[in-house]
Amino acid sequence: MHLDHDHQHGPAAVSADARRPDGTRRALRIGLGGPVGSGKTATVAALCRVLRDELSLAVVTNDIYTREDAEFLLREAVLPPERITAVETGACPHTAIRDDISANLEAVEDLEEEVGPLDLILVESGGDNLTATFSKGLVDAQVFVIDVAGGDDIPRKGGPGVTTADLLVVNKTDLAPYVGSDLARMAADAKAQRAELPVVFQSLRGETGVADVARWVRERLAAWTA
Amino acid sequence: MSRAALLVLADGRFPAGGHAHSGGAEVAVRAGRITGAASLEEFCRGRLHTAGLTAAALAAAAVLGLEVRELDAAADARTPSPALRGAARKLGRQLLRAARATWPSPELDAVAAEFPKGAHQPVVLGVVARTAGLSARDAAYCAAYECVSGPATAVVRLLSLDPFEATAVLGRLAPEVDRVVDRAAEAAREAVDEGVDALPAASAPLLEIGAEWHAGWAVRLFAS
Repeated sequence: MHLDHDHQHGPAAVSADARRPDGTRRALRIGLGGPVGSGKTATVAALCRVLRDELSLAVVTNDIYTREDAEFLLREAVLPPERITAVETGACPHTAIRDDISANLEAVEDLEEEVGPLDLILVESGGDNLTATFSKGLVDAQVFVIDVAGGDDIPRKGGPGVTTADLLVVNKTDLAPYVGSDLARMAADAKAQRAELPVVFQSLRGETGVADVARWVRERLAAWTA
Repeated sequence: MSRAALLVLADGRFPAGGHAHSGGAEVAVRAGRITGAASLEEFCRGRLHTAGLTAAALAAAAVLGLEVRELDAAADARTPSPALRGAARKLGRQLLRAARATWPSPELDAVAAEFPKGAHQPVVLGVVARTAGLSARDAAYCAAYECVSGPATAVVRLLSLDPFEATAVLGRLAPEVDRVVDRAAEAAREAVDEGVDALPAASAPLLEIGAEWHAGWAVRLFAS
């Protein structure tokens, strides 16, 4: 039955309100964006594995034309299926995370209502271009994931994702020698574009894995609940 | 009241979720029923006089103050496909969210509280139009126009159709949109005295069947 006559609380929040209708604090929402194939889903999966025992978390994926990202996470069993929701984006992933965030807001609110209370919701964008950023009405912080194989000139080129994301992740550093990418140059360019904003160089195949990003997430969560 | 409020509500960039829906155009493209501007026009004409008329009348009736719950049930009864009912509620919920931020009002809050998972989009559209100080005809115009502009925009993406040709289709259909709005507004006035059964129940079986097929696809660009 679609009608909920016993709904005791006020109407749902409009967008970024920090409190849910029942007065409790909502989950921290972190967006992950970046070009196709840079390792967003792999990073989300690794974060879930590292954080799921210490936090109550859920994931929203924004696939462009399939449910592949959601299905990858389900197949890898990084979270129980009821904690993973896929949003369909009508061929425009950046629209769904920036210009018209209503479907994503509904997904995060439904997750909190159905499997909550939640500490953290990761919202993964469909792979897009370098200008794609998340609306502040949807997420509290955003991570932009690029990779060394996509060209070591991406940090220099900048763009809103590289320049303004709260955390820039340069992924697949293990591939750098094979694709001729200069990590030192990428680091210097990123520093020039981002000043004091943090950058993490990561290889999910290496020993450290997603640890640096997970630490950053824990810091954001500590600030959110403080 | 502000006339410009109509432009705000009718703007294709109003953030109410429509961009992710093709209005049945994705299925029609796959089935070979839309292949270019001419067949897009035929598709939109059919949608306008069926689902469009029904939606426009529901929206107009909501402006005239018919019960939201009754109108929502009437919309259910006029939408045989469960997939389309789901899409209509989803879009209604998204529209309500955008409208509550744009024109905050206790009436919209009450609808959100009564329908936490959304009421049918045309019904919400009517309530929103009234809150924004717009008329029944204005709401009918929004519903009728949206019913053709959504597929036209989607087909630009699906077929790489020339966007000027797609917009020219909308221009050619404009006089028909006027006539559909006249009929819808008239039916809504009748429904004030005679109840929701006086509202049109025109439907397009192929849209309903196609929506069910589409909902089962593993790979698709649009949500409906």
